[in-house]
Amino acid sequence: MPISFEIPEPIQQQKQMVNFVAESTMRTVSRQLDENEHELPNEFIQTMWPIMRDQQAATLKKQLEKAGNGGDDQDKKKSNGKPRTTYLRLTEMVEELSWGDVGIYLCIPSPQLAGSAIEAVGTPEQKERFLRRFAEGDKPVWGAMAMTEPGAGSDTSAIQTTAVLDEETNEWILNGEKIFCTSGQLALEESNGLVIVWATVDRSAGRAGMKPFVVEANTPGVSVTKSEIKHGIRASNTSSIVFDNARIPYDNILGSPEVKQKGSAGFKGAMATFDASRPLVAASALGVGRAALGFVKEKLAEAGIEIPYNLPYHKLTAIQRDVLEMEAQLKAARLLTLRAIAMLDRGQHNSLEASMCKVKAGKSVTVVTQKAVEILGQMGYSREWLVEKWMRDGKINDIYEGTGQINLLIVARRILNYSSKDLR
Amino acid sequence: MLDFTPTEEQQMLVDAIKRYATNDLQPNAHKMDENSEVPEAIIQKGWEIGLIPASIPEELGGFGEYSAITNVLALEELAYGDLASTLKLMAPSLFAYPILFNGTDDQRARFLPLLAEEKPYPATAALNEPGISFDPFAQQTTVAREDDCFVLNGVKANVPNAEGAEWLLVYASDSETGQVGGYLVQNNAEGLEITRREKMMGIQGLAAYQVQLSNVRVGADLALNGGDPIDFQRLIDHMNIGVAAVGTGVMRASYEYAIEYAKDRVQFGQPIATKQAIAFMLAECAIEVDSTRLLAWEAAWHIDEGKPAAEITKAAYLAREYANKASLQVTDSGVQVLGGHGFIREHPVERYLRNARGLPVFTGLTMA
Repeated sequence: MPISFEIPEPIQQQKQMVNFVAESTMRTVSRQLDENEHELPNEFIQTMWPIMRDQQAATLKKQLEKAGNGGDDQDKKKSNGKPRTTYLRLTEMVEELSWGDVGIYLCIPSPQLAGSAIEAVGTPEQKERFLRRFAEGDKPVWGAMAMTEPGAGSDTSAIQTTAVLDEETNEWILNGEKIFCTSGQLALEESNGLVIVWATVDRSAGRAGMKPFVVEANTPGVSVTKSEIKHGIRASNTSSIVFDNARIPYDNILGSPEVKQKGSAGFKGAMATFDASRPLVAASALGVGRAALGFVKEKLAEAGIEIPYNLPYHKLTAIQRDVLEMEAQLKAARLLTLRAIAMLDRGQHNSLEASMCKVKAGKSVTVVTQKAVEILGQMGYSREWLVEKWMRDGKINDIYEGTGQINLLIVARRILNYSSKDLR
Repeated sequence: MLDFTPTEEQQMLVDAIKRYATNDLQPNAHKMDENSEVPEAIIQKGWEIGLIPASIPEELGGFGEYSAITNVLALEELAYGDLASTLKLMAPSLFAYPILFNGTDDQRARFLPLLAEEKPYPATAALNEPGISFDPFAQQTTVAREDDCFVLNGVKANVPNAEGAEWLLVYASDSETGQVGGYLVQNNAEGLEITRREKMMGIQGLAAYQVQLSNVRVGADLALNGGDPIDFQRLIDHMNIGVAAVGTGVMRASYEYAIEYAKDRVQFGQPIATKQAIAFMLAECAIEVDSTRLLAWEAAWHIDEGKPAAEITKAAYLAREYANKASLQVTDSGVQVLGGHGFIREHPVERYLRNARGLPVFTGLTMA
């Protein structure tokens, strides 16, 4: 296959449809939900639920069939040697929904990050038991991932939440506090959802002792104690969750309960989900950035200022230079993202490329949206318009799924061929 | 379908150029810079890779079909070896490609076979002009129609290989319409004078000259497109992409050198690469090199796919603008990582910085 940047026609069409949804169900309530944090985008959720549910049903069916075939991937066979476009499609949708509104996009009723983890390392029995709820029914259901703790942010190995096996009842007992859990409250209180909770079964073992556990809604001892008030993505729920002797069945652990010295499969498997989630966060950043850039260009055009693509530097105005720079930065970020996604769809190892695009997109959206507010003057700063909100929303992309700095550290280790011990 | 892998043929070409870049260009780059000369033997060896003949159609003696993406891949790899040599080696393309795209059938039949020979054909193009405010679309060099010929007047700057060139493609603005055209001028034309060799901050191995045109008369058969308007914007697009491609090569050379150095250089008892201050600079460089490359690829892909003109122009311009800035960031980091050693000419990083700083004025010095 030669070098190509062609996005398949069906994906382009789907993107246009999603753009319509974004325009009609997201943009219309963007400001209202930003001004009223903790209110839910009900119309969007109701619109998206049947779509997400049916997609989840199809995915689950495939996953279970694959397990029935002894791991033989029908999906790959059907494609006649052509690479899959699963993630490319998803990337384009995420970009488009984020163009609409990132906060609202994050409320999408689906297993979210919990789904990636269960699909990556869950047994067929676990997939059926945990994911079926996302594939049927009339009421929306959410999943969530709980990793961060008050004392453990980027340093995930510092988590203090414990899981102790009660051998008499064959249950895990969870104790601890999780914070910054996206959609935690939606998963545990607004629906019959679930949360993947990272806890240590052996503090002395460091990362090897860290295991993911599935905690379902209505589990005694689990309480959502807080919904954060935030700088941006205010339509999205960010919860604190406390576990006070919360008991869950033994089979709710994902992967092996064994604490190995090296290469713990559970931890590695779930970390591998970053290879997919980071490009998707990058795509989300691109959506916000594109929204801001598009708005700036539109308003400048109304004021008679066009952006030329054939003038030498000395003939450009300061604003034209700014806009060209914004455009080039976003474009670079998008191309890096597409590269990471193309690799993912081909089943190639993409940790380096995933972190690269995450760094670039997180930084670009930050700079682009901040510049947009500046260029538009009072209009940019006014809460009558959405640009100031996009600046606040965009910033999260440089923070979650690994801050820009954590991802830069990963890039640095990879290019230098250094381990986490060589380069701390 | 989205794909980031060159074809097997392209990869073989890149591998061949990489051998040339590592074995012939890099080891000699310092000397060539200090001596302000790239030896003919090195150019001959590079010519034998056959990059320009590969763009010339078979019926005109070449062995291929023009591809912007292939040229971008080739230019990055060449510039990875040495930028001055790249510009010198590829200068005939500045004459060949515009004839390929905008020449009349007669011009193509007359000139293109000359560029498909086994020895480099001495031809070049004159676009740039001296001073601080050059705009390729509003040139100071003028052309006026007189009887059945065109009369050129003006001064051109930074014309690669002008001395010894048999033919020069000279760009000029129509004195009435302002439209830019291209005119093929032979070296013995009356009124054509090579006034001096340029002395520049970087790319010192490239012999580039100021050229004076005083009432130089060119026959109507030697105007690109027979004197009718040419698609000059498209030629600029090709130049912009070319600059982005060679920029990527220079950046990569600096970045790779800095990586090796940082892993070797021990201070405070450890390789300096183990410090985040250094490691992060290198990681940023890695991202910028890849960004620039992808932008150049994407712009070239627009050309090969025959996308709408406005989209090509935009992609090419953004790639170029990006390369102008990113190349400076990366090559400056290269010097910074080496610290005091980066300032010493024995290491190539200061040369990379000097070369990269020139990208904004290299319009007309390279074409994809």
